[in-house]
Amino acid sequence: MSEVIFDGRSLPVRPGQTVAAVLLAAGVRSWRTTRVAGRPRGLFCGIGACFDCLVTVNGTPSVRACLTEARPGDVIATRDGAGRAV
Amino acid sequence: MVVVGAGMVGAACAYFCARAGLTVTVVERGSVAAGTTGAGEGNILVSDKELGPELDLALLSARLWRELAEEHGTAFEYEPKGGLVVAATDAELAALRGLATEQAAHGVTVEHVDPATVEPHIAAGLAGGVYYPQDAQVQPMLAAAHLLRLSAARVLTGTEVTGFLGRDRVTGVRTTAGDVPADAVVNAAGTWGGEIAALAGAPVPILPRRGFVLVTEPLPVLVRHKVYAADYVADVAADTAGLRTSPVIEGTKAGTILIGASRERVGFDRTPSLPALRSLAAGAVRLFPVLADVAVLRAYTGFRPYCPDHLPVIGPDPRRPGLLHACGHEGAGIGLAPATGALVAELLTGVAPSMAVDAFRPDRFVEVTA
Repeated sequence: MSEVIFDGRSLPVRPGQTVAAVLLAAGVRSWRTTRVAGRPRGLFCGIGACFDCLVTVNGTPSVRACLTEARPGDVIATRDGAGRAV
Repeated sequence: MVVVGAGMVGAACAYFCARAGLTVTVVERGSVAAGTTGAGEGNILVSDKELGPELDLALLSARLWRELAEEHGTAFEYEPKGGLVVAATDAELAALRGLATEQAAHGVTVEHVDPATVEPHIAAGLAGGVYYPQDAQVQPMLAAAHLLRLSAARVLTGTEVTGFLGRDRVTGVRTTAGDVPADAVVNAAGTWGGEIAALAGAPVPILPRRGFVLVTEPLPVLVRHKVYAADYVADVAADTAGLRTSPVIEGTKAGTILIGASRERVGFDRTPSLPALRSLAAGAVRLFPVLADVAVLRAYTGFRPYCPDHLPVIGPDPRRPGLLHACGHEGAGIGLAPATGALVAELLTGVAPSMAVDAFRPDRFVEVTA
């Protein structure tokens, strides 16, 4: 089966699945922490509006997991706080 | 007394009038900060004011904001962050320095700076800049809500003013929730102040001037001050109806960066305008190239209350005794709110006003419109 790498471990991916779907199917419910209080965040609206599900995909920060199609070999990483070093 | 409008200016009027011992009812058609207050950036600026009564009002208001912030600043994210105005060319810089020199002679603190020393991520190759430490920012919805709460005023939201009580002298307002009698009524309806004034038979020419703001994804601190291009001042002072944009960039406590500022007179049309949004984004990247690959989360829009002579309308209306106006502040309503509220309270209680209000008088347009 095709796989993506999430924080160093392999997760199965099916054709057409979003990053959020891959993570949820693997039992991952949060993949980001908030800037101030460090609270966990994952899928909320699921339709691209709330920007709660931001994740880093192949080095690109702040990607919406709910709208981004996962592709075999993708490297997905949790992000902390602002998640972007400028 | 009654204040019409629960935006920033109405809240400041309620706060200062209550502090002066008056009993206040605020009547608001929508909800608190639902109009222009909730559609801006929360700017408290002296830097963009040319010499004249508006600069005097801005300086008074900046001082009152500082005093409010000492007691309550954390409640509404008051940030004395300072403003940086940058010039792209030598000609722009000469004009900017000319304005800054005049402002300095009138009590504005100005510092001539190399923009890169104040903002590390700013574009290379700018001609220069002026730093204004008195510029500040608040979260405007929190500020309006907090001042309303401090005023202990009765706040009637979802209640529309439909008319005025009294034949000659105003003795209150008619609303969708019944009559509200009052010794005085303050029109703080912002961009809709012209409609309220018309109901009272004392028109003031306030027009909507549309603006868009882009909101980026939350980022680490990247823009430290309020940063804008020198041609912004000319945009504010322009009389044209067509689209004008000039980059105005600032960070917020939430980590997002707000990108303005567009101005166009298209009535109350809320349709997103791709040319306006595109121009804002391009302007932001011009000032901060690091923003080029940053995602924009959303855009919002609002309508500034624009007066033909670019001054607000503040004070008693001689055409309708008992009616005062406190509206028409264009894009400066957050910054100018405390001074406006303090002046209204002084005028209502017979205290000598903190500054001359003649330039803001409501009947100054009569000769023009007749």
